Amino acid sequence: MNAKGIVFKYGDNVDTDVIIPARYLNSSDPAELAAHCMEDIDKEFIKKVKKGDIIVADKNFGCGSSREHAPIAIKAAGVSCVIAETFARIFYRNAINIGLPIIECPEASRGIEAGDQVEVDFDSGVITNVTKGTSFQGQAFPEFMQRIIASEGLINYINNNQ
Amino acid sequence: MTQKILAAAAGLDQVQAGQLIEANLDLVLGNDITSPVAIKEMEKFRTQGVFDKDKIALVPDHFVPNKDIKSAEHCKCVREFARRNQITNYFEVGEMGIEHALLPEKGLTVAGDVIIGADSHTCTYGALGAFSTGVGSTDMAAGMATGKAWFKVPAALKFVLTGKPGKWVSGKDVILHIIGMIGVDGALYKSMEFTGDGIANLSMDDRFTIANMAIEAGGKNGIFPVDDLAVEYMKEHSGRSFRIFEADPDAVYDAVYTIDLSSLRPTVAFPHLPENTHTMDEIKTMEPILIDQTVIGSCTNGRLDDLRCAAEVLKGRHVAKGMRCIVIPATQAIYMQAMEEGLLKTFIEAGAIVSTPTCGPCLGGYMGILAEGERCVSTTNRNFVGRMGHTSSEIYLASPAVAAASAVTGRISSPEEL
Repeated sequence: MNAKGIVFKYGDNVDTDVIIPARYLNSSDPAELAAHCMEDIDKEFIKKVKKGDIIVADKNFGCGSSREHAPIAIKAAGVSCVIAETFARIFYRNAINIGLPIIECPEASRGIEAGDQVEVDFDSGVITNVTKGTSFQGQAFPEFMQRIIASEGLINYINNNQ
Repeated sequence: MTQKILAAAAGLDQVQAGQLIEANLDLVLGNDITSPVAIKEMEKFRTQGVFDKDKIALVPDHFVPNKDIKSAEHCKCVREFARRNQITNYFEVGEMGIEHALLPEKGLTVAGDVIIGADSHTCTYGALGAFSTGVGSTDMAAGMATGKAWFKVPAALKFVLTGKPGKWVSGKDVILHIIGMIGVDGALYKSMEFTGDGIANLSMDDRFTIANMAIEAGGKNGIFPVDDLAVEYMKEHSGRSFRIFEADPDAVYDAVYTIDLSSLRPTVAFPHLPENTHTMDEIKTMEPILIDQTVIGSCTNGRLDDLRCAAEVLKGRHVAKGMRCIVIPATQAIYMQAMEEGLLKTFIEAGAIVSTPTCGPCLGGYMGILAEGERCVSTTNRNFVGRMGHTSSEIYLASPAVAAASAVTGRISSPEEL
């Protein structure tokens, strides 16, 4: 499995309130949530994002509320992977559980800029910055997490293992 | 302490930080925002139904009484699911409260429990010596179906609390001080374990407030030792048996912090992160920070101690001209007790409004949304960009005492200034 796309870059502590503001949480429809993804910090995001694009951020991405609507909105917007220096723990679980690949790699978050083209190999954890010709070793997913992502989420994974 | 609870729930003699385990759950919680997503996920399961109708709590509290048609549809979805699965602990408007104030009050959370909730402030029940942590809707769905959840065993940080806090220093000031000290990711993936003789000087409501905001430091959970006060609380509220776990004297911690409660001062977190803390002494030296609204309530500070403290400040005083002061008792029982003690009369005479229990304003849902550029002193838990309304509005997190005093003066103030 791998991901390839253009990077949207953000800083520290991107919280779930800015990923998807609570005023839109009266809906749980992925497409509707995606339409407002990141709008409180980056109004251009949803206009520019294309299928396969990648979000790269600094520390503590996804902090705050446990709303699963946050990774759902990011995934439904077409994002194929989120790379960050660190993730808030509930967001981390939620992303894996809904099948949105995320990867921790401080070096990559420092060595990638907005607009770079980046490729991620989930099996090895290697992140390649195609634009700059550099590569970084991210944390590879444990096997059971890869299986959850490959099953498109925890529920299908549990069904497959029953 | 956390590791011992998780080991017991996983049927293991002991566990170590970093170990992946599967634990049995004592309670699975959801609200009107997270449950509909979980219910939709549950429909994908090959096997239908819930693992135990008595061990699931469904509390519509965020956008109720329904603020619009879409939220009404969400609540309907939760209500029908509860009826279909005969969920014992579904709380309708009229009997509901803000989930994290309601569940301990109803005796559904006790020491030794392993609890997951699809709400990040589920960490509140650590005040009673339970392991409880926030998860998303899919984990909630899997928990409702199987009664189990996987966890990575967290490493622990130890906070030794000593001494006695001063008159206007509450649990909120303690936790804001800690978050200011270690940062919003200072406890990332870790357990925050509180200990020390100063805990005896903190009420149960103070402890709920402190455990509640462990998530604002990135913590997986916050947990207190179970002392006589906690036992008394559980006996008063619950018929359930509980199990007391204690940290080993030689337990391993990633870091140990000692905090003398007597040295703390009323503390305020400035926009837009809970770690941007300043004491009231520092704020007094700044230009006055004028405000438009105050909110006293939420799962962090909507309990009886909080209302009593706010009423003590507001008694015989009036909110500043042009100020909106919104008071929200967290549960029906708290509302009733506040009425019997005359607190509601004090609030209304002071020019505040009193609302039925709801999370509403805390997350910018309804019941106190901020306009462009407006400022609010709030006893809630997050001051992120746009959290309570317009992206240019500002939230200052504080204790009920500081919020009430600020409502009177119209600028961020300590009760000592009145």
